[in-house]
This record gives sequence, structure tokens and C-alpha cells, in this order.
Amino acid sequence: MFDTLKSRIYQGNQFIKDIKNAQMREQFRGLPKLCNSKCNNCEACLNICPTGALKLNPLSIDMGKCTFCGACKNACKTGAINFSNFYKLSATSREKLIITENMTEEEFSKVAIEVKKEIKKVFGKSLKLRQVSAAGCNGCEMELNACSNVNFDMGRFGIDFVASPRHADGIVITGPISKNMAYALKDCYKSTPNPKVVILCGACAISGGIFQNSSELDRKFLEKYPIDLYIAGCPVHPLTFINGILGLIGR
Amino acid sequence: MNWIKTKNNTKVNLNEIPTLKINDLREEIISLNKRPVGFFGKDWGYGTTKLFTILADDQNGDLYISSALFEQSEKEYESLTQVLPSFHIFEREFYEQFGIKPKNHPWLKPLRKNQKDYQFFEMEGEEVHQVAVGPIHAGVIEPGHFRFMCNGETVYHLEIMLGYQNRGIEDLIVKHPTNQLAESICGDSTIAHNLAYSKVIEILKETKITKRAQLIRTLALEMERAAIHIGDLGAIAGDIAYLMGASVFGAIRTLVINTMLEFSGSRFGRGLITVGGVNFDIDDEKIQRAVKTFSKVEKDVERMVKTMLKNTSVMSRLEKTGVVSQEKAHEIGVVGMAARACGIVIDSRFDFPDECFKNLALPRKIFKGKGDVNARFQLRYQETMESLSIAKRILEMLKNGYKEEVFTQNENLLCANSMAISITEGWRGEVVHIALTDGNSNLTRYKIKDPSFNNWYALALAVRNNGVSDFPLCNKSFNLSYCGNDL
Ligand code: SF4
Ligand code: SF4
Repeated sequence: MFDTLKSRIYQGNQFIKDIKNAQMREQFRGLPKLCNSKCNNCEACLNICPTGALKLNPLSIDMGKCTFCGACKNACKTGAINFSNFYKLSATSREKLIITENMTEEEFSKVAIEVKKEIKKVFGKSLKLRQVSAAGCNGCEMELNACSNVNFDMGRFGIDFVASPRHADGIVITGPISKNMAYALKDCYKSTPNPKVVILCGACAISGGIFQNSSELDRKFLEKYPIDLYIAGCPVHPLTFINGILGLIGR
Repeated sequence: MNWIKTKNNTKVNLNEIPTLKINDLREEIISLNKRPVGFFGKDWGYGTTKLFTILADDQNGDLYISSALFEQSEKEYESLTQVLPSFHIFEREFYEQFGIKPKNHPWLKPLRKNQKDYQFFEMEGEEVHQVAVGPIHAGVIEPGHFRFMCNGETVYHLEIMLGYQNRGIEDLIVKHPTNQLAESICGDSTIAHNLAYSKVIEILKETKITKRAQLIRTLALEMERAAIHIGDLGAIAGDIAYLMGASVFGAIRTLVINTMLEFSGSRFGRGLITVGGVNFDIDDEKIQRAVKTFSKVEKDVERMVKTMLKNTSVMSRLEKTGVVSQEKAHEIGVVGMAARACGIVIDSRFDFPDECFKNLALPRKIFKGKGDVNARFQLRYQETMESLSIAKRILEMLKNGYKEEVFTQNENLLCANSMAISITEGWRGEVVHIALTDGNSNLTRYKIKDPSFNNWYALALAVRNNGVSDFPLCNKSFNLSYCGNDL
């Protein structure tokens, strides 16, 4: 008992106090910084991008497809492609994830998330989420679990993952949605009481990501139901996730 | 000659692999009696199928390869599982992928497909009941279906049905092989799978990578091992409601993966390893910081483990829970950490070392475990400390020497008509990647074996005669991969 207490005191408090302005290490690959005028159309980046996230003329990166692997940056000899360590990479509409030249952090923060009054009103103080893992790689799941650890401590904002869709205000989907998971996902959605939000977490869920050409997927669910938030990453960093959700509920 | 003998991280000419009649191959496999690491089909044209078999001789570090050809009309053979139970899952996979039936297989159930059609095992009796969970679980966990046959609180049998994560990765790699895809085979073993993939492609391209790149790769592999083990020590603590442990191990793990972020821009080391070496060198400043961090991690892990294990109520939950006997583990072909926890001596870092690991000349520590949750907990602790010390040693080496490039450019085509094999010891156990090419240097088949493929059945055995409420604890002590199994 005393040893346990001693350990507790030794560890101190480790939570990140200001989640909205937390420092991210500079090496993190976040918001793309593109410079069209430097691009000489050599297509080196196009050929190396594993997900088709990149487009030329003008240069753009679709964060909904991007795995943030950094291969394009390494391939680009003119320095037209860079990534900043800005980690708030969520948007309420799919198109906003497509980043073109001159997109700054301030600008992206301003336009990416449109707070809906109803969502803010109903879920602003507490949001309980059911997570559905559907054929990703477990990378996003590990990061979602990390959201609840002592460093990120998402629970302090009233945001939690719950065990049953019946207790949930919304679902968080990770993975590209395999045929084998399609019916369970739909079941889970139907079991979640209204009103509810649907959140796509990670490149896989948003676009199929690295698995987009797989013949084993069934993404019909996404055509049928409205999506409230897209959170980019591969995997999604806990700070990206928590800030995305806070944005969605207008906090 | 019925086999060709080779080593890890090599390639062989496809034409040199003997092709036997299936009955002869079967006899050969039984008489050689070695551990299967590969048993997979390949479409051989005109409706025929070739079955490749790769067996591992762990004591001598040898791999034995042979094959059999099935004519279009040959749709069955006498199963090996009857004689060698460790083949059970390999034969199920071969059947599911190629429709060639192993006759008298004791349990030919689906592996990744048609879960809905499967008739689960049933037990009858007054006190017998079933508990079904999944595919969606209570926590943030990958999907899978578990069905417990219970008598009161006690589990008689657990049936595990997987396949929900099936994304057809092997085919995707054949069509468009990339490091990023390899990293997403199993996201908690990003480094191990990407390493195995990179090696296979380098073998086929005949690329020699620098020593510095090899060291950084080995460093990353050991960091991955330490990070996951620490995280799982926390998860085990959480499942016995020792919340202090759960919090503290969680926080310590963050230190390790944030160091990985400094090295590679990703907490799990995505983007670090690439065919030809690594994408990021590590400068002296980062090395210094990492050495300091790892020393703190060692101290903190040791402190927390010792505090935790002094607690008698902790011990009473860990000991004798979820036992897999050494004999059973051996029989069903358990690999890696789970096997070592049963006292089996198996570790591909030592059995099939690559050049870098051989040069480190590390002593092998034998673990005398009883195969219970406690053994897996203690082993993970021991391996965490080992990995951290290896990591620190490599960091010193990188600081004091090996000043060379970390990437080797090579535009070669893949060697034609070849089979390349690479075995890498991830934190769970052996990650096996096998690639086949045709006469035009194209990939034609890519086979992946995650250690979870062998080990899921061990979990089913572990929970027998345990309380159903101890399932999460048993489960966490293995922490097997769904996507690694489902591919
Ligand atoms: S970082 Fe994104 S855009 Fe660039 S190559 Fe990787 S996936 Fe493609
Ligand atoms: S988005 Fe990336 S990290 Fe997340 S599940 Fe998919 S492959 Fe894994």
C-alpha cells in the first residue's frame, strides 16, 4: 500500500494541461505546406505516393487519403512539399481536407470545422462514443486508447468511449470497412439512439486509405448515412482526435 | 532430393524447389517433423495449384523447402493435422484460399470468410450455457467473435471466430507493393512487418544496406518491443483493477513512443524503414536524449513492476490463471513470446539471426515460465529491460561510429523465378514474409504469417477451466492481433 502511494507521488501529475495548445514535436508530419511555384511537374511525388492523395497542377494533398508517410517530401527535389507539425487536422466536410497551396494553420483552423448549433447544444458538455473498428490496422485503435491515458486524459472533457452503442451519442469508425464488418457496423449504428453523430477516424475510414483498392471492402454504409466529422491521420494522433472532437462540439 | 535446405533472409530459385506428389510430400513432412513456417498455395496455371511447404529447424537455423503439385482434378488430400496438430490452421487457410480439402481434418472451420455459415460447437446439459461476444467488443479493440461454452462461471471451451479485419493484403501487395502497405499489415507491429517486407524486397533486388541502417532498424524493432510490452503490462494491471499500474505503465510507454516520434515523425515508427535502408538518420543530440529517456524508462518500469508484484492480491490474480502447458504449446505450434512463457526455447532473433543481430553477439536468456498470465507478465518485463538495454547499446554504437549513409539506392528489377524468405522476431514472435516472382521479375505471390496466426488457439486453450471473467486478463497477457491473422 505504501509502496503504491510512493509510486504515485513519484510519478506526479503528467497530464497535458492545455490540450488545445499542446506542444507537438517538430518531427511530426501534420498539415501539408505546399508551394506550387517550386513544383516543376517532375511527377516524382505522384509515382511514389501509395494512396493517390497527391495531385499536380495545382499541387494538392488530400488529407483524407494521405498516410502522412512523408515519401512525397523525400522524393521532391525542389522543396515544393513540406509538412508542418500542426496537428489539428479535422474537418466537418470532406472537401476541406484537400489542402492546396498557401493553406496556413490559421486559415485551416478557421474554415475546417463548422460548429452546428444542434450538436453544440446537445453534446457540448458530454459526448459518449462507441468505437467501431472495421478492418484497419489497429494503429488508430491504439491511438484512440491513448486518448484516455493519463497524458491526454480525454475524460476530463466529458468525452469517453463507452461499451455499448445503447449508451452512446455517436460512433467513431476506424478502418476501411471490410465486407465482413459491414453488417455489424450497420447494426451498431442502428442501436445507437438518436440524435447521434458519426465520426470517421483515419485515412482508412475516410477514403479506404492504403487499402482503397482492396476487393474485400464494403463501404456502402458511408453513402447512406451523414458524416459529421473527418479526422485525418494514419494513425490519428491523440491530440488530433481530442481537438477534433472538441471542435465538433463547439468547445 | 526431396527438400532444399536454406537459411533465413535468402532466396532460392523456384526451379530448384523439388515438386513431389502430395502423398510423398506428406510423408516427408511427417518424417522430418519440423516446425511449419510456411504452408501455402499458389495458382500454377491451367487449373493446377502448387503447395509450398517451408519447415524451420530452430536448433540449427535451417529452413527446408519443398512443394507438391495438385492437378486440376485433385481436390483433396489426407490432412496433416491428424498427425501434426500444428498444421491445423495452415491447412484451414490453404483450404479456404484454394478449395483443396484436407480430408479428416479434425476441425475444418472457416478462417477469414463465411463466418455466418459456420455452425459453432455446441454443448448440452442443464448447467451449460453460452456467452457470445463480438465482433464489436466493449473496449476500443479490433473485431472478432468469441463464444464461450460455460458451466456456471467456468469456461469449458472457447471458440474464436476471426476474419472481420480481412482486407486481402496479400493480393494488395502483389498488385502494388509498398512499405506503407507493409506497415499497415498490423499496426502494433509496424516495424516488424515493414522490416520483414523490406528485407524480402532487398533480397530480390540484391540490395546491400549499410551497417548504420541495419542498426537503426534493429533499434526500432527493440523499441517497438519495449513499448508494446510496457503498454501491455499496463493493460494487464488494468484488467485486474490495479489502476495505479495501468496509469503508470501507460505514461512510461508514452516516453518510448514519443522518442520514436522524434526519430521518425510517427509514434509507431511509420515512415522510418524503407526498401534500401531507413529514411531518417539519428543525430547525436537525439541519441543523447534517447539514452537518457531509456534509462529513466528502465528505472520506472522496474520500480512499478516491483511495487506491483509485492502486492499479494495482484499475485493471486496472475498466478495459475490462463495456463498453457509446455506440451500443449509445443503440440499446437505456439511461437514467440507466448511460447517462451511456457518454457519453450524459441526466438528467431537467436535461431535465425540477421547480420546485425549476430554481430551484437547478445547472450540468450532462457526463461523458465509456467505458461500462466504471471509468466507472460514476467517475461514481458524481462524482455522490456533487455530491449531497452539493446537499444541503449545501439545508440552508443551510432554515436561512436558507423558514420555512413542510411539509404542505398538500387533500381534493379526483382530477381526472376525466385522465392525469398525473411523471418523477423516482432514483439509477439516470428513475422514471416515470403515473396515469389515470375520470369518477368513481377511479384506473383506474397505470403505473410503473423505470429498471431499460430497463437490464437493458445488463447482458447488458456481460458479453459478459468472463470469467464478472467478472459480479458488472459487475452491481454497474449494481446494477439486480429488484423495480423485476418490479413
Ligand atoms: S505523405 Fe501523403 S501525399 Fe505524401 S506520399 Fe505519403 S500518402 Fe502520399
Ligand atoms: S488509417 Fe492508417 S493507422 Fe489508421 S487503421 Fe488505417 S492504416 Fe491503420
